[in-house]
Amino acid sequence: MRFKKLAIAVLVGIGLLAAFGTVFADNLTGDLEIFSWWAGDEGPALQALIDMYNAQHPGVNLINATVTGGSGVNAKAVLKTRMLGGNPPDSFQVHAGQELIGTWVKADRMEDLTWLFKQEGWMDVFPSGLIKLLSTDKGIWSVPVNIHRSNVMWYIPANLEKWGVEAPKTWDEFLTIAPKLQAQGVVPLALATNWTANHLWESVALAVLGPEKWQQLWDGTLSFTSPEAVKVWEMFGKILQYTNDDAASLSWQQATDMVVNGKAAFNIMGDWASGYMATTLGLTPGVDYAWSASPGTDGVFMMLSDSFGLPKGAPNRDNAIAWLQLLGSKAGSDAFNPLKGSISARKDSDLSLYNVYSQSAAADWQKDIIAGSLTHGVVANEGFMNDFATVMEMFLTSRDPQQAANACEAIARQNGIGE
Amino acid sequence: MHLTRDRIIAFAVLLPSLILIAVFVYGFIGQTVYISFTDWGRGAALALHPQMNLIGFDNYKELFTSFLHGRFRQDLINAFFYTMSLVLGSLSLGLFLAILLDREPRGEGIFRTIFLYPMSLSFVVTGTIWRWLLAPGGGINVLPTFVGLPAGHFRWTSSRGQILTFDWQSIPEITAIVVALVLLFLTIRTWRTGKHKRAFAVAVPALILVLWALFGGRMVPQMLPIPEKHGFNLATIGVSLAAIWQFSGYTMALYLAGLRGIPVGLHEAARLDGANDIQYYMRVAFPILKPITLSAVIILAHISLKMFALIFAMAGPDNASTGHPAVLMYLTTFRGNKFALGASIAVILFLLVALFIIPYLVSSYREQRRRAS
Repeated sequence: MRFKKLAIAVLVGIGLLAAFGTVFADNLTGDLEIFSWWAGDEGPALQALIDMYNAQHPGVNLINATVTGGSGVNAKAVLKTRMLGGNPPDSFQVHAGQELIGTWVKADRMEDLTWLFKQEGWMDVFPSGLIKLLSTDKGIWSVPVNIHRSNVMWYIPANLEKWGVEAPKTWDEFLTIAPKLQAQGVVPLALATNWTANHLWESVALAVLGPEKWQQLWDGTLSFTSPEAVKVWEMFGKILQYTNDDAASLSWQQATDMVVNGKAAFNIMGDWASGYMATTLGLTPGVDYAWSASPGTDGVFMMLSDSFGLPKGAPNRDNAIAWLQLLGSKAGSDAFNPLKGSISARKDSDLSLYNVYSQSAAADWQKDIIAGSLTHGVVANEGFMNDFATVMEMFLTSRDPQQAANACEAIARQNGIGE
Repeated sequence: MHLTRDRIIAFAVLLPSLILIAVFVYGFIGQTVYISFTDWGRGAALALHPQMNLIGFDNYKELFTSFLHGRFRQDLINAFFYTMSLVLGSLSLGLFLAILLDREPRGEGIFRTIFLYPMSLSFVVTGTIWRWLLAPGGGINVLPTFVGLPAGHFRWTSSRGQILTFDWQSIPEITAIVVALVLLFLTIRTWRTGKHKRAFAVAVPALILVLWALFGGRMVPQMLPIPEKHGFNLATIGVSLAAIWQFSGYTMALYLAGLRGIPVGLHEAARLDGANDIQYYMRVAFPILKPITLSAVIILAHISLKMFALIFAMAGPDNASTGHPAVLMYLTTFRGNKFALGASIAVILFLLVALFIIPYLVSSYREQRRRAS
């Protein structure tokens, strides 16, 4: 009964929205608590969404619960204790894909959102490759708010010219130009703390394996001890020789700084680095700094996405659904993403709102093959990701490809990858 | 022991805190131990009612024998070295500072405040300050350049160097040798006191242990399929430095109070007998300070097992070279969703702390009884 009423309300709402193209006030009341780790630099983007929500639903008291800490380390811990205590927020931020599915869907704590996707017409506006990564055979589990790209290589064109090198198209090319850079006292590839090594690894793996075999690693059809997978670690080890040795003490921003200062030539980092260089450092994208797909991954878009889901037992379910509708809408995602420095997951976003980098990323998003990121939660569950950080530390110390491959296979089995 | 009005009132006043402590401290310790014997939900750890099966000591067995948990074993070794360096470092630096201040230099009060101040900081603040000081490309490493020397090259917390390496498999042998050395030391001491027979009785087990370690050790079944190297991680030096900096002021205060508590007459008597300063401290002051040293060791040792915040702020959660079981416990539990395995790490850490705390509590309880009687 309640559901029917709601559906009608939603349909009427959509009709009105479409008819007048304006926001309108409705009669939703009560609270809405949304839980995220978007504070600091990302705060304004979230605030833009909150302002829109407040304008559309003035009767709702929106509680913005944020727990700070990069990529949600602390927020996730707080969320877990809240969920275990039976006190879920109405909607929470989570990396789309297996990080959500492995932790929350397997534990039967999320509502299937397939009906919402169908009702809002999202099945057509989101790329099917993305929807596949958000789903299991039992449903679609979250609404993506943004898309970031993981496999991007950043550099300063003027510096490359000075050093007489060109941006490498493959890792083999990189390995031939790296000694040249080293001879000039330049670090060929800037690296930072542990997770950025994981981040580099996934770009290398995508290049060595290609998108198909990369996916096969995660659905369990390609073993981590197969010759191809061992080759990933071999290549990764070769590349590591050309990185800075103080990596573990640096934040990702400091690694990007090395490129900007001319201490290093390249950096593989997600496209939040563009936001950092354009907004924080005041550089002009495409002029002061440039980018290309990380070596050997041209035509593949390794994505990660922040999304919001609907936990079972959300105290204010109707308000949460209205929140999800806003996140998936064109207006909502085009308000949020230009400020966040990410692109919209929708294929019909208004590109004129975005900067030069985001426009190029959005163009790629629409035509490239889509692959999921490991480091940022798309292809593997949290148990695997956590153990992988340990495997990476093991490899950074021992540099033994076969041992790392064996360890990966063991943690994949232990964490039920591909089940 | 009869019930007086006074006792009943005292008990009634204490009751609420007794109940709270029973539930929230001991109850939860008990629950953590229980969880460590289960398999908590397996793949669906965060279900509303996770499935729990008792699996005995499997989690502990996995921690000590699975080749995937080499990081845990290295963390245990790190914890050992953190404890050693914090205790020895703070004690010696604190004692040194206390002796300097005991000589009543001008501005003693100011120095005392300066030395004691770091203790009032939280570990997170200390960690952040030292993270900057020990950044490989700045801070301490560039200090020598101010006087024209080349900059330092040590990578501090990002160093991956390891010294004193040994194979985890040979832990039984190493333990045997250490015990044998202690017994040998006792033998020599007993021999000197003239009790030759007793010395012989101590020497025999020592010899047996050495022989076993040299020849019999290999008969013990191997714990791990492959040899596993562990050792002293150079990256821990930076973290230890920060911890010593924070707590040496505290040991200084303890020792200074102790030194000031020694009757002046004793000092003067020693002087009259012709003792110089070194002899006074070695022969008179230090023996009197022994109980202070003991409490300082216990307090520092259990602090060293709670260095989570310092390491987290200084080196980050994923820097395995500076790892500590407390950090690993947090990651395993709240990031990896392995609640049962995390609980096992927590229990092991708890036992290590108990190793230091219980003897301390027992000794201080005894002392109280002695004073009361």
